[in-house]
Amino acid sequence: MTEENLKQPGYFTWLNQLWLSIRVPLAAVLLALLVGAVILWVSGVNPLGAYAALFEGAFGRQIYLQRTLEKATPLIFSGLSVAFAFKAGLFNIGAQGQLLLGALTSAIIGFTITGLPALIHIPLALLGGALVGAIFGAIPGALKTFTGAHEVITTIMLNYIAINITDYLADGPLKDPSPSNVVARTPSIADSAVISTPEIALTFGVIIALIVMLLTSILVFLLFKHIKFKVKNKILLIFIRFSFVLMAGLGAAFLVKVIAPKFYTQPLRFLSYSAIPLPIGFLIALVVAVIVWFILIRTTIGFEIRTVGLNQHAAKYAGIKVRLLIILAMVISGFLAGLGGSIETQGIVGRFQPGFNTGLGFDGITIALLGRNNPLGVIPAALLVGSMKAGSNVMQFQAGVASQIIDVIQALMLFFVAADMIVRWVIRAKSKPEGESIKLTTGWGNQ
Amino acid sequence: MNLITHLKSRNKLLPLFLSMIGFIVTIIAFNLEPNITQSILRSTIRQSTPIVLGALCGILCERSGIVNIGIEGQMLLSAFIGFMTNVWTGNLFISVLAGMITGALLGLLLAFMSVTLKLDQIIGGTVINILALGLTGYFYTSGLTTAGKIQPLTLGFLADIPLVGRVLFNNPPITYSAIILVFLLQFILFKTTWGLRTRAVGEHPRAADTLGINVFVNRYVNVIFGGVMAGLAGAFLTLEAVGSFERAMTNGRGFVSLAVMIFGKWNPVGAWGAALLFGFANAMQTQIQFWGTLNIPHQFIGMLPYLLTIIVLAGFVGRARPPAADGVPYEKE
Repeated sequence: MTEENLKQPGYFTWLNQLWLSIRVPLAAVLLALLVGAVILWVSGVNPLGAYAALFEGAFGRQIYLQRTLEKATPLIFSGLSVAFAFKAGLFNIGAQGQLLLGALTSAIIGFTITGLPALIHIPLALLGGALVGAIFGAIPGALKTFTGAHEVITTIMLNYIAINITDYLADGPLKDPSPSNVVARTPSIADSAVISTPEIALTFGVIIALIVMLLTSILVFLLFKHIKFKVKNKILLIFIRFSFVLMAGLGAAFLVKVIAPKFYTQPLRFLSYSAIPLPIGFLIALVVAVIVWFILIRTTIGFEIRTVGLNQHAAKYAGIKVRLLIILAMVISGFLAGLGGSIETQGIVGRFQPGFNTGLGFDGITIALLGRNNPLGVIPAALLVGSMKAGSNVMQFQAGVASQIIDVIQALMLFFVAADMIVRWVIRAKSKPEGESIKLTTGWGNQ
Repeated sequence: MNLITHLKSRNKLLPLFLSMIGFIVTIIAFNLEPNITQSILRSTIRQSTPIVLGALCGILCERSGIVNIGIEGQMLLSAFIGFMTNVWTGNLFISVLAGMITGALLGLLLAFMSVTLKLDQIIGGTVINILALGLTGYFYTSGLTTAGKIQPLTLGFLADIPLVGRVLFNNPPITYSAIILVFLLQFILFKTTWGLRTRAVGEHPRAADTLGINVFVNRYVNVIFGGVMAGLAGAFLTLEAVGSFERAMTNGRGFVSLAVMIFGKWNPVGAWGAALLFGFANAMQTQIQFWGTLNIPHQFIGMLPYLLTIIVLAGFVGRARPPAADGVPYEKE
């Protein structure tokens, strides 16, 4: 917390704090878009037209919004994976490989086993993919602790190895045997393993319900922030607070959902949507992000992992088992990446096909840093990058811009977020960044 | 130092042992299958060139205390710019120069991020990698043709020596210059004032500063010249080896060169030896695929260099000692 922040009393301290923590990433995104516009202009494209097409392609229609949410889902997982490793002072560039193996494993479980009820088959395939990702993530962790091999190089090498393994399996023993198939891909997964995307009809009632739910939640949250409970256990206290928020929100939503439709039944054609698509995989991603946040911030293991990330020597003196925790952090990081791969297989692609999920590991780095390494910050960052990925198709079609410009803008975002000195100078922010700064470069041979 | 005790330390024995085995195997193989041996060795030299140049980039940066994981991106963008210059001008010399300048500019960017802005150097390198991937992907259009690629330069009567001549003295210019640069940099790093200063800056920048060495300038110069090496490696890929550009064509070579740098204990000559080992692994890989008699899926053979990198890292990183101030930004008091 900064000094200027401490001086301000009242209800809006947390809002102010939120603003302080998001203004630098926000400015970095705007600066990156600005520089990207210059590159577009230099290559002979109208930047405004290109960005308008990008926005249209990300949010303009219901199917576009669905694509944005679907693109954001694996990005949330790879962002969480990288952010979790960052917290332990590890740079996991291998989210890519862990995700690939997770996606393949969940496809294998998806098409070999049939006849299971969806309630068992879906979590089984998800967990299988996540576990293989975790095992693959454990390798660089173990190599680092036992031999000192730096995880940056080993994870990149393991990415290439994972690409080769999955290519081989999808083109060899696991190739789709149907006569019409010529490409390297597995058979499609059984229906019982597919994660669906239900739609919520977008009526006035639902919109008002959502808004009221949000407002009540904020109000209840503010109220309970200032009531002193006689509860010693901090976790219990937070649990109570959140359940109050949830109850108030759900109550309000129920009231409005039941009462409002009696008055307004017409669907609202806002941005030409007729319904809101709700990929279940995306919801799982949101829940997992909250769980990861909870583990990192509110549990002993999370505290120990963050301590190892800040200062290994101090952690060792404090009696923390540093080696074990480094491996554990990589295992969890790989677990998250593998889970992302599984959800992509089961919710979007429907099978494993090489080349369908490349580059997600590198995206995770940008997303983790944009989200300030906060598991909850990863969500808006992944939505931003996901919307750009989803919109790039329409941009290519309408404005004739190669979709790779997205990668350039992403690199610029990464640069400006990392070089927050420049951004702070541009927006005249004097205070130091919130939270702990990341330190990854510790030489090659340290353990 | 006494030669025996000098060699007895395990560090010196291993390379000697490896090269002797290599020598004996080569002679036996040459007697059995002269043509295949010759083509494998030629391919070894060719494959090791970009890796050794990348490793030289890493050595220059790390000896002065900057960790550079952006070599991959430097190579990729230089390869692209070199190729595009060749498309526009048709002049191979200017194209190679353009590639080297691109590498130097990316080196300048890395130096700016890590020396002036004091960013985390691994993140700085990642910025360069992603930027290069994005820029080359965005500006690349397929179907471009060039006037041609750099042809081998035969060194007179030397090239007529059986085996050795065909392998060593019948190569294109960048391959020669890579070998020359290895020994040149070994000399500069260990026999000149500049090299001594560089190593001092990489080991203990504060002490070097006290003695009047400008740490910032030294790091800038080394990182920029490292960028020139990586640029040359990129130019090698598009102008000498392949003759055309593909998206993400560096295929992890930049990272392999980092492993090679560590394996070579941050010495140019050592890194050259390690790069030859990797070049040999790659050459065998293409040779096995070419034969097609062994029934191994090509993906498994393709894994070989990456597995080798991990094994080398796991086996040697603990014993090799990096420069003490590697990766630590220097703050003047």
